[in-house]
Amino acid sequence: MTTLTDPQPDSIRAEALLSAERVGKYYGDDRAPVLEDVSVSLHPGEFVALLGPSGSGKSTLLRILAGLMSPSYGQVLVHGTPLHGANVQVAIVFQSFALFPWLTVLQNVELGLLATELPEQERRERAVRAIDLIGLDGFEEAFPKELSGGMKQRVGFARALVVQPEVLFMDEPFSALDVLTAENLRQELRELWASRSIPTQAVLMVTHNIEEAVSLADRILVFGANPGRIRIELKGLPAAERARKGPARAQLVEAIYRIMTNPGEDASAIYEAGKPTPKRPRRRRQQSIPDVSIDDLTGFVQYLAGMGGKAVLHELGRDLQMRGDDLLAISEATDLLGLATVQGRIIALTEMGARFAEVELDEEKALFRERVLERVALMKKIVGDLAAADSHTLEADGVLSELAHSFSKEEARRQFETVVDWGRYAELFTYDDVDGELRLDEEHRIAT
Amino acid sequence: MVQPLFPSRRRVLDLESQTASRWVDVVLLCFIAAVAYGVIRAAARWSEPLSPGTTIDLSPSHLPLYAGLSTMRMAIAYIISLTFSLAYARIAVASRNAERVMIPLLDILQSIPILSFMPGVVLGLVALFPGRTLGLELAAILLIFTSQAWNLAFSFHQSLRTIPPELGEAATVCQLGFWRRFTRLELPSGVIALIANSMMSWAGGWFFLMASEQFTIGPKSLRLPGLGSYLATAAEQDDVRAITLGLLTLIAIIVLLDHVLWRPLVAWSDRFKLEQSSAAEVAHSTVLDFLRASRLIEWTGARLVMPAWRRLDAVLSHAGPPRLPVAFDFVTRSRARRLARYVMLGVVVLVVLWGAFAAAREVAGISVRQWGDVGVGAAATFLRTTIALALGAAWTIPLGVAIGTNPRWARRMQPIVQVVASIPATAVFPVLLLALLALPGGLNIAAVALMLLGTQWYVLFNVIAGAMSIPSELKEAAVNYHVTGWRRWRTLILPAIFPYLVTGMLTATGGAWNASIIAEYVSFGGRTVRTVGLGSLIAGAAERGDFPLLLAATLVMAAVVIAVNRLIWRRLYVLAESRYRLQ
Repeated sequence: MTTLTDPQPDSIRAEALLSAERVGKYYGDDRAPVLEDVSVSLHPGEFVALLGPSGSGKSTLLRILAGLMSPSYGQVLVHGTPLHGANVQVAIVFQSFALFPWLTVLQNVELGLLATELPEQERRERAVRAIDLIGLDGFEEAFPKELSGGMKQRVGFARALVVQPEVLFMDEPFSALDVLTAENLRQELRELWASRSIPTQAVLMVTHNIEEAVSLADRILVFGANPGRIRIELKGLPAAERARKGPARAQLVEAIYRIMTNPGEDASAIYEAGKPTPKRPRRRRQQSIPDVSIDDLTGFVQYLAGMGGKAVLHELGRDLQMRGDDLLAISEATDLLGLATVQGRIIALTEMGARFAEVELDEEKALFRERVLERVALMKKIVGDLAAADSHTLEADGVLSELAHSFSKEEARRQFETVVDWGRYAELFTYDDVDGELRLDEEHRIAT
Repeated sequence: MVQPLFPSRRRVLDLESQTASRWVDVVLLCFIAAVAYGVIRAAARWSEPLSPGTTIDLSPSHLPLYAGLSTMRMAIAYIISLTFSLAYARIAVASRNAERVMIPLLDILQSIPILSFMPGVVLGLVALFPGRTLGLELAAILLIFTSQAWNLAFSFHQSLRTIPPELGEAATVCQLGFWRRFTRLELPSGVIALIANSMMSWAGGWFFLMASEQFTIGPKSLRLPGLGSYLATAAEQDDVRAITLGLLTLIAIIVLLDHVLWRPLVAWSDRFKLEQSSAAEVAHSTVLDFLRASRLIEWTGARLVMPAWRRLDAVLSHAGPPRLPVAFDFVTRSRARRLARYVMLGVVVLVVLWGAFAAAREVAGISVRQWGDVGVGAAATFLRTTIALALGAAWTIPLGVAIGTNPRWARRMQPIVQVVASIPATAVFPVLLLALLALPGGLNIAAVALMLLGTQWYVLFNVIAGAMSIPSELKEAAVNYHVTGWRRWRTLILPAIFPYLVTGMLTATGGAWNASIIAEYVSFGGRTVRTVGLGSLIAGAAERGDFPLLLAATLVMAAVVIAVNRLIWRRLYVLAESRYRLQ
């Protein structure tokens, strides 16, 4: 991991409020690593963003720091002392709001204060003040089902802020909201934090949205997946530049896009170079199939062809209203199959990709078949195993358990589903969900 | 987009309601006074000396008293069942190892015919409280408990397992201790399912009412005053008028409970729904509205109940060591804990082995001929239960589908069906016997009829639920593509209701076998009528006090039920889940 913050002399640097030291997490007996050797520290006055694609372990890291999970190795330090059990200094705002449906807004907010020894009257006053702070004055007796998504998240914030936590954690707090509401809440959060009207000393936010991270954070930690690790730590924009659409902001956003669209390459090199880097041979990491369905893939290629074969990547994402996650996944998939390449900020169709967009369905499938057997290791392996197997049939469970050696169970399942989707489209094999069997499609057998 | 306002849950009090609220308070006071009187009288009764031949007076004037006593027994058993279920499910969720033992155990307990154990239990309890009615009352309550507790425990366990993980994390982050977590998160998440299952439990309890208030062990015949024994006595004495009156009283109580207890609870429990949308259909209960309008309740609530609750809550929240909740996956590596776990496992194994030995010793004394009888009896009862289940499915499937696919009918029929289903078939049994015993093979037909009546409701409810879950788009597509008649049934309806049907049949199987103990061996009109069957063997052995045969027959019945469940219904259920799920 490389750090690109300005080095500060130790004497000036305040003591870390919370830190993770070389923390890692495995799942299951086969030790699939979700997080590998991660170190993070939070200092007073900081707003830190954990940015990365899904599966990069950032939510897991958040939960480890909050004491909701224990790490498989490494330790978490709170003001220098090791943490055991739930972390008292932390309050969390959840992605899906996590409000108790049978409690009123006031009762939900008071929930955070129940554990303190405050008398009931004072609890109520504090809760009312917190509700007022986030702008839901008058809704104290409402139930969550009467509220819109944005209002529910405000209650989530009130519940977190009412305990006056030392550190505020947010797990993708705005991703379940529509664009306008999310922007509104982000702005209010920015003002709340800037005006220091809350005694919270630091904020840690998990997000997959690059624009969001850039517009809020002092420090941005970019995560990579498989295994989850920190690829690079970036200094955020100065506070004044965060809200405006200035050149500094655009540059940082593009740099992060470049880093995230090239998951196999050294992040600091990409960042420092500031210009498109020549393609280096891929580092030997386990190849993983991006989470992209055939429909999305073919649709994306068609759309790009319609734009003349070239587009600025993050503008494309904005136009198609795609989540950061999904955009990265699709660019990874098209790159993997050789249908498009990313150079700097531009994504461009290759010759193969242009042909793919033009031809009829049958030829399209044939092209895809050829490409996928050549480029995707898992597909090649499955087809090879099928050809060699009795009656050309394989048990799905076998493939799944092999995948589970290198990935977590959920990730293995997800990759299996994607490869089946691609394999069926390519007419390479059929899959029977009830029997759990893959069967070779004789008609289109290609000698591999 | 502005969110539409949820319909206000508290009606604004207008002048008319003010007067209404005064009347409600008066009615409430009368009700409370009546209950208090009843409880005091009952308590007095319990310490009365036990007279084996307690005569049941068949005159109508005693009916209210008997009805009250029976209801009280049911209520006590229900409270015990509920407490047990909450504790059991909570413990099972707390520890992985405990869960691995406790849930299958619950499954087995559900399949065991309880009635066969009653003689032993009754004798034991009566011996514990010699000369007083208390022992017998406890036995009755215990029997009712065993018919109510299991599905409550399953339901709460299921609710605990399906709490959204983020709510659990929020509770941990808010540092909620055990008590607060239980009352603010876990219990509320299970309320809706518990209420639905409570209604089922009460229906099951009424079914065993007659069996629970009257015990014939060997030469002794012990009776408790109550509605069940009233009906049993009336049947014995061939008193048609008494039977009818008793039945009507039972129906009246069930309807009353439905209106005064269950419907208000269902309406009130709406706030516990986990899906966070303001649903269009909110259950409505006039009784609940009246209760909400009552000033008496409001006053006692604010002045007495809430402060007491707050004090209790505060005390309980601080009970226990003041530690922070530990991280979820914190694994105990300490030697001491592991040792303790092995010791407990060892104790459990020893107890099971000892039980098996004792049972084997008892059973060893049975002759080969008796084993033959058991085998033949099992086959006969199997045949009867299969016929009953088949007949049940034959009429409940078409009716259930008809009701379920038509939402208007569903809404109107559901409360009616619920009440009708609660009326225990065992109460109607004497009437059936009167009619059918004259016919050749009479008791066989009556036995099948009893099994049918007792278990068809499970199937009906589940089929209705299954039919209601068919998405309207599928139905519309069927119409659009002219898929009608048998083809519609084959491709749309039967696959859609298949998982629900299997669930219903699974519950019905256990119920039918349990019912065979009552149905195949009856004393009616002063004589004993019996037929070939496992239930008849069990009932007869209980009456004669032949414990080895009783034990053997019971074990065989439990084994058959468990086998049928595992080999047939569970397999079908797995098939249903994988292939026929509607998502």
